[in-house]
Amino acid sequence: MTDVPAPSRAAPLSTSQPGRGYTIRTGTRTSMVGAVLAVIIVLALLVAPGLISRGLLEQLVLLFVMIGLAQCWNLLAGYAGLISVGQQAFVGIGAYTLFACIITLGLDPLLAVVLAAIAGAVLSIPIGWVVFRLQGAYFAVVTWVVSEVVRLFAAKWQALGGGTGRNLPPAAKRGMFGVEWTSDFFDRTADFFNNVRGWVGLPPRGAFRSADAQAIIIYWAALVACVIIVGGVYYMLRKRVGLGLSAVKDGEIAAESVGVDLRRTKFSAFVFAGFGAALVGSIYFLLTGTISPSAAFDLQRWTAFVIFIVVIGGLGTIEGPILGAILYIVLQGYFSNFSTWYLMGLGAFAIVVMLFAPKGLWARSPTGSTSRCSPRGAG
Amino acid sequence: MEWFDTFFTGLWTGLGRVSLDTIVQGVLTGGLYALYAAGLSLIFGVMGLVNLAHGDLIVLAAYAIVAMVTAWGLPVWVALLIAMPFLFAFGFGLQRVVLNRTLRSGLLVPLLVTFGIAIIIQNGLLEVFSADSQRLRFGAIETQSIDLGIATVGVFRLLTLGVAVAVILALSFLFYGTRQGRMLRATSDSAEYVQLMGVNPRIVFAIAMGISFLVIGIAAMFMGVTNFFPTSGPANLLTAFEAVVIGGLGSLWGTLVGGIIIGIAQNIGAAIDPGWQQLGGHIVFLVIVLLRPRGLFSK
Repeated sequence: MTDVPAPSRAAPLSTSQPGRGYTIRTGTRTSMVGAVLAVIIVLALLVAPGLISRGLLEQLVLLFVMIGLAQCWNLLAGYAGLISVGQQAFVGIGAYTLFACIITLGLDPLLAVVLAAIAGAVLSIPIGWVVFRLQGAYFAVVTWVVSEVVRLFAAKWQALGGGTGRNLPPAAKRGMFGVEWTSDFFDRTADFFNNVRGWVGLPPRGAFRSADAQAIIIYWAALVACVIIVGGVYYMLRKRVGLGLSAVKDGEIAAESVGVDLRRTKFSAFVFAGFGAALVGSIYFLLTGTISPSAAFDLQRWTAFVIFIVVIGGLGTIEGPILGAILYIVLQGYFSNFSTWYLMGLGAFAIVVMLFAPKGLWARSPTGSTSRCSPRGAG
Repeated sequence: MEWFDTFFTGLWTGLGRVSLDTIVQGVLTGGLYALYAAGLSLIFGVMGLVNLAHGDLIVLAAYAIVAMVTAWGLPVWVALLIAMPFLFAFGFGLQRVVLNRTLRSGLLVPLLVTFGIAIIIQNGLLEVFSADSQRLRFGAIETQSIDLGIATVGVFRLLTLGVAVAVILALSFLFYGTRQGRMLRATSDSAEYVQLMGVNPRIVFAIAMGISFLVIGIAAMFMGVTNFFPTSGPANLLTAFEAVVIGGLGSLWGTLVGGIIIGIAQNIGAAIDPGWQQLGGHIVFLVIVLLRPRGLFSK
């Protein structure tokens, strides 16, 4: 718990507020700089759709999805000590809830995304009840089994295409909330963005189509989801749950002896991770507009690579998973023609990182070891 | 709920199709699962290592046998015999060079390193052998069957179960009847203390992994009688895990029983609805885990 420091600076014994014994400040000067930077980056990403191509936009959606998943897995493994290989269950639950809401209930896709995230959180409670019976390696196995069970049930859902899957009706996305407004906005600001494109040496963009507006709305949804998840993890770690998790990480028995409710603390992390995975999962499948049990419950993609991302980036930090996800997306762009070689390389890279730099690249980066912007978890 | 109705009517009519034959065939399938699980159980028991590459290693060994059979025209049995020393050496080397480094650092590092190995094997096999299915041919024995009175069973499947029991017997003898086994058990109890007796735990672990790889070879041969793919590994691994967890940590006979329980559950699932085969195994696994989280025969 090296970095939940500075109770000394925060005057731990000051009793200026009656009824609250002391306050713990977990912020540092770097974390202030980090927060300001994060706000600037998010604002820049919000207006980015006016400047970047559709292809890049979709890559960024995938990036936000992977950051969201990595952050959730990191909360589980890096802070709560829960090693799950079944997070694809929640990606799939999100995707299938989304499609069910749109196709059978006829809801607006964005409302369906919200309901999908809620479904992830709600279903994580009975799932958690089962998987929390086991610990350690057994926990990992049982999360995998449960996700297989959910997948097999999804494959029986004939209205959603059964084992082969189905596509979203195109009308659903065309009539999505905000499409008209977005088209209108980018039509009005076309001159402005074309000027900006001129300054940075890009050609002016062509006519703005409805499909572009749909992609941009999904992009914004992914960005907001990513901010919610990263912010949520950050907030949880700063508050009672996070301090509890850090204490659990350092020693379960010791943590319990000072009043940390182990089960409740871990359970809340599990529910949040289920919520987050379902949220970004539903957004990803809204973008692709097609679903199948094998894609939605893909162990390799939604869990194995997420684990690699977290571990290569740096387990138990908030920056690590973001760094790892960026690396994953960039490398994927380079190697997409050699996908088996890419995957083999990724596997080998993860092994090397684990053996020789088990704290991940963030810990090895020039700033990572000395300054960090986030509460610290597992080393 | 139309979905719910079809589900339950399907369940009841399907349960009517379950017969003694279903159970017997399930026991035989369980023999194969016990073979998948025995090597995993051994490693889990001795060094607490969760080998996520286990399923893919079985598939890799099966492809190696396929390659030898097609290149040299050998019978499958001979190819396996030739492969055995290499398998042992591979396991020994993998443990000595890579996996021993991971053992001191908790659960996550070995999990990830073996996950990495699994992904390398899967994609390497896709690259070399393409995604086409392969199988091993054993000749006439594949189609022979005998009447046991209660059910007619395939000779090859019976042989699989017999070999599974023989492997478990051999491993039990190795563990409880030999000097090597005493060393394995002592190292498993405390890798620190055995060093005082002049035992190098790293070598002992490497030997254990070598033995596990011999079992992997045997499992590969019996798996190969049905079609397999470069991506068959994870499903095998999951079944093996379920058998190990049901049986209880470190109990070899428990692993056999666990494999048989999964085999029966899958066959009952398949009798209810061809699509429910996997689900049957998973649900029985989850129920047992909820009732006895430490497995049926844990020590």
